Amino acid sequence: MESNNRAIYWVPYVLWIALFVVAPILLIVYYSFQGLDGEFTLANYRNFFTPVYLTMTLSSFWYAFLITLFCLLIAYPAAYFITRSKYKQLLLLLIILPSWVNLLLKAYAFLGIFSTYGAANSFLEVVGIGAKQLLFTDFSFVFVSVYLFIPFMILPIFNALDKLNPALVYASRDLGASSWTTFRKVVMPLTSSGVKAGIQAVFIPALSLFMITRLIAGNRVITLGTAIEQHFLVTQDWGMGATIAVFLILIMVVIMIATGTRKKGVM
Amino acid sequence: MKKLMQALIAVVIIAAVLFYAVHRLNASTGQTAGNTLTVFNWGDYIDAELIDQFEKETGVQVIYETFDSNEAMLTKIEQGGTTYDVAVPSEYTIEKMREQELLYPIDHAKVPNLRYIDERFMDLPFDPGNEYSIPYFWGTVGILYNTDKVQSEITAWNDLWKPEFRNEILMIDGAREVIGMGLNSLGYSLNDTNEAHLQEAKAKLDGLTPNIKAIVGDEIRMLMENDEASIGLVWSGTASELMWKKDNLEYVVPEEGSNLWFDNMVIPKTAKNIDAAHAFINFMLDPETAAQNAEYVGYSTPNKEALTYMPKEMVEDERFYPPADLTERLEVYENLGPEMLSHYNELFLKFKMHRK
Repeated sequence: MESNNRAIYWVPYVLWIALFVVAPILLIVYYSFQGLDGEFTLANYRNFFTPVYLTMTLSSFWYAFLITLFCLLIAYPAAYFITRSKYKQLLLLLIILPSWVNLLLKAYAFLGIFSTYGAANSFLEVVGIGAKQLLFTDFSFVFVSVYLFIPFMILPIFNALDKLNPALVYASRDLGASSWTTFRKVVMPLTSSGVKAGIQAVFIPALSLFMITRLIAGNRVITLGTAIEQHFLVTQDWGMGATIAVFLILIMVVIMIATGTRKKGVM
Repeated sequence: MKKLMQALIAVVIIAAVLFYAVHRLNASTGQTAGNTLTVFNWGDYIDAELIDQFEKETGVQVIYETFDSNEAMLTKIEQGGTTYDVAVPSEYTIEKMREQELLYPIDHAKVPNLRYIDERFMDLPFDPGNEYSIPYFWGTVGILYNTDKVQSEITAWNDLWKPEFRNEILMIDGAREVIGMGLNSLGYSLNDTNEAHLQEAKAKLDGLTPNIKAIVGDEIRMLMENDEASIGLVWSGTASELMWKKDNLEYVVPEEGSNLWFDNMVIPKTAKNIDAAHAFINFMLDPETAAQNAEYVGYSTPNKEALTYMPKEMVEDERFYPPADLTERLEVYENLGPEMLSHYNELFLKFKMHRK
């Protein structure tokens, strides 16, 4: 009876995975072998290894890397200060709050803020730097993306730091380690799981960003996400769109494995 | 475990109920087709008063739905869930729909008002003899520019390559429009499929990159309105709408030639109420109705008789009602087939990736 019980508990889970995870992925793989006339072909894969898509992959990687890096650089100290603060819960809420607002609304808001006569430029004028072109630049693209993704980086790092036993830090300092050494040898290894989770939560969606590339970067930044959107909506070349999606999935699997937490603690 | 089973059963029941509801909803739009008409049109593309008027005159209840791209519309009609009785696609989509046999022929005897349509807009290559489609609006693709900021006059695509316009141009995010502009600027047809010409056009467009500020979608209206850039590549309807709001904007159809487009009314195969669909098409072609609609929408009406009911300054505006000798230089997009469209898109992607 006991084992029977267990098996039944698995049913909803397995159903869910089969219907909403495995089936869609199989469909994507199936479509990726389809040509424009619905015939079986490897042409889409051959097409992917042409300079157009390879450069696109590289540029997607580059921007996703930049976004993740800046997220991490801001999120780590921020999470650290939140754990140290008296108003932990309030500060955490303030960080999460923006993620309740629709992503597109936020993007449109930045369209106004960064525009030639927008708030950001008015501020630059007042400070004496003078108006600059902010919209449709690499800067604005990375800035807005970092803004959108940062809660997903702060949360896991915060959790890891919060769980860290402060006694370990005191012990390290008592035993003569400098604060830098303490950070490097104690704090960092113990929070690395949070950092990895954060990197996964930011890097993977950043790889396939698409609306932001048009709204904020004015299509000056082209990512694989943009290409997928175009193939599905404009050219109706679902095969090629699916092929790019297959490569995105593969890349994501690689990243998951690379940043996955190892079972045995190796220091 | 009991709870778990209950939850599972609940999920199955909810799914079944939803399926049934969808089925019923689909069926009900079909069953009541005797007195309803489902119109599928672009957003903000009709004077809503006219729908009320049509309902009053005929007693047919109109269900009005909108789409924002030909491709989205086509997908919904292909799926066939809703019984759309009238749709308004653009010419190259009509060609595609005709090939896929998604359209009912239009009985010209039931559309007597067809006689008011200007001959120029009848019997075009995408639908010979107007067997499947009736003109609704037409327009051009051209250059909208801010006369406060642009000192010299712009008359041609090639003017855009001037170094003085560095970082001042907004483009439409459309492969046909942008590659077509490159081809036109070289004197080729915007339906050109010659590989050498396409590569030449792409290389020429790369040279325009320093002048391009961004390649955007519908945001172009807002951006032009807020003076974000001084030059925009736009459809004539966008231009006329913005020029109503702002005095310092000017629209020009480039002299090398450009795109002439049509949105036509069709009766898709999803239609159930074909009589009412004909009645609606005929109603929209009534000169007074067409005039009222054209004034509201701001695009150019193909209805010759309607022009007499419209304000003079609107009809005589050559930017939106270009004379015949200019429209002859313009070309309609031909359906190039999926392979060529894919190729256009790949060139467009390459062009977008070309950095300053």
